[in-house]
Amino acid sequence: MRLESRYRWLPTPFRSLLLFVVWLLLNNSVSPGHLVLATLFAFLIPIITFPFREPQPLIIKPGLAIKQLLLVLFDIVTANLQVALLILGPVKKLRPAFVKVPLDLSHEMPITILASTVSLTPGTVSAEVYPIPESLPEGEEPTQRYLLIHVLDLADEQELIDTIKQRYEAPLKEIFQC
Amino acid sequence: MLETVFLIVFAMIGLSLLLNLWRLVVGPSVPDRILALDTMYINTIALIILYGMSMGTGLYFEAALLIAMLGFVSTVAVCKYLLRGDIIE
Amino acid sequence: MYSEWVVSILLLIGGAFILIGSIGLIKMPDFFMRLHGPTKATTLGMAGVLIAAMVFFSTTQEGISVKELLITIFLLITAPISGYMLIKSAIHHKLKAKDGTKGLDNVEDD
Repeated sequence: MRLESRYRWLPTPFRSLLLFVVWLLLNNSVSPGHLVLATLFAFLIPIITFPFREPQPLIIKPGLAIKQLLLVLFDIVTANLQVALLILGPVKKLRPAFVKVPLDLSHEMPITILASTVSLTPGTVSAEVYPIPESLPEGEEPTQRYLLIHVLDLADEQELIDTIKQRYEAPLKEIFQC
Repeated sequence: MLETVFLIVFAMIGLSLLLNLWRLVVGPSVPDRILALDTMYINTIALIILYGMSMGTGLYFEAALLIAMLGFVSTVAVCKYLLRGDIIE
Repeated sequence: MYSEWVVSILLLIGGAFILIGSIGLIKMPDFFMRLHGPTKATTLGMAGVLIAAMVFFSTTQEGISVKELLITIFLLITAPISGYMLIKSAIHHKLKAKDGTKGLDNVEDD
């Protein structure tokens, strides 16, 4: 896991790229003036806001990140078809459940991304990360974290946990190298 | 043909807004009502974009973006209030 | 006109998903199951409608129009977060889950 960027003038390279793209999208043009302004914002905003932020892990493998993003987008579409069928089908057949997934990730940022992916994909909504930080004694780091998820229609608990760990968590570990 | 499709989708979104309103009125708990309100925000964005399309103008995009942002922020603020009894600690 | 067909199909798919999300909001017996409709189906429905708007404005007006992607991305990022806040406040308020929900002892009180 790497927190600091290699260049001091570019503390968060991917957020700069995001700002650049969002500015162009907002104005819906690629005229030279907007390109210059977007570049200026992409450099200035991260430098100005950097002291207010907690350092976050940087993406180390961008290629894998893009691959994972496409996989998640594809999963969102298929999972939504499943959920739509479940919603339109009979309610009595559904088997809702709360499942605890043990996490290998330790930093908040990858956990947040994992929780969001879980919320958007197959019939699951992430509910809570245990242990809750406020309930721990001061200054103590939790050894093992769990993600509590609610499942709309649970067939096999172990299979679901394995799917989440292999399909979504392992690539995240690879991307952030933690 | 497009006009007919617009009408059908207007009806679909209107019906879903009515369903959301039903959940907002019936409840039974406070998180249920917040969820209904959040869904209403999102459906309203669809309605505004659709209206812009049927009028043939892209001007409503900014309004839709503002509603998206305000809807998200207000949902989070109300949830935070439910959780802590306070929004900014 | 091919683009008209594309716009119509995307709009109908989007509208159907939005409607399904709201039906889920009405039909499900407890709060935790109700949450699934709006966080997933409605988000995909919005993506359908917004992509339809993108195609529509790109073909009917001058130049291409991609700014609708912004709302799509924004909704995709924020939907899980508001869902998470909602389910957290529901657990905090000790809402009853439907009878027969498995793994209720996994939920800890805070």
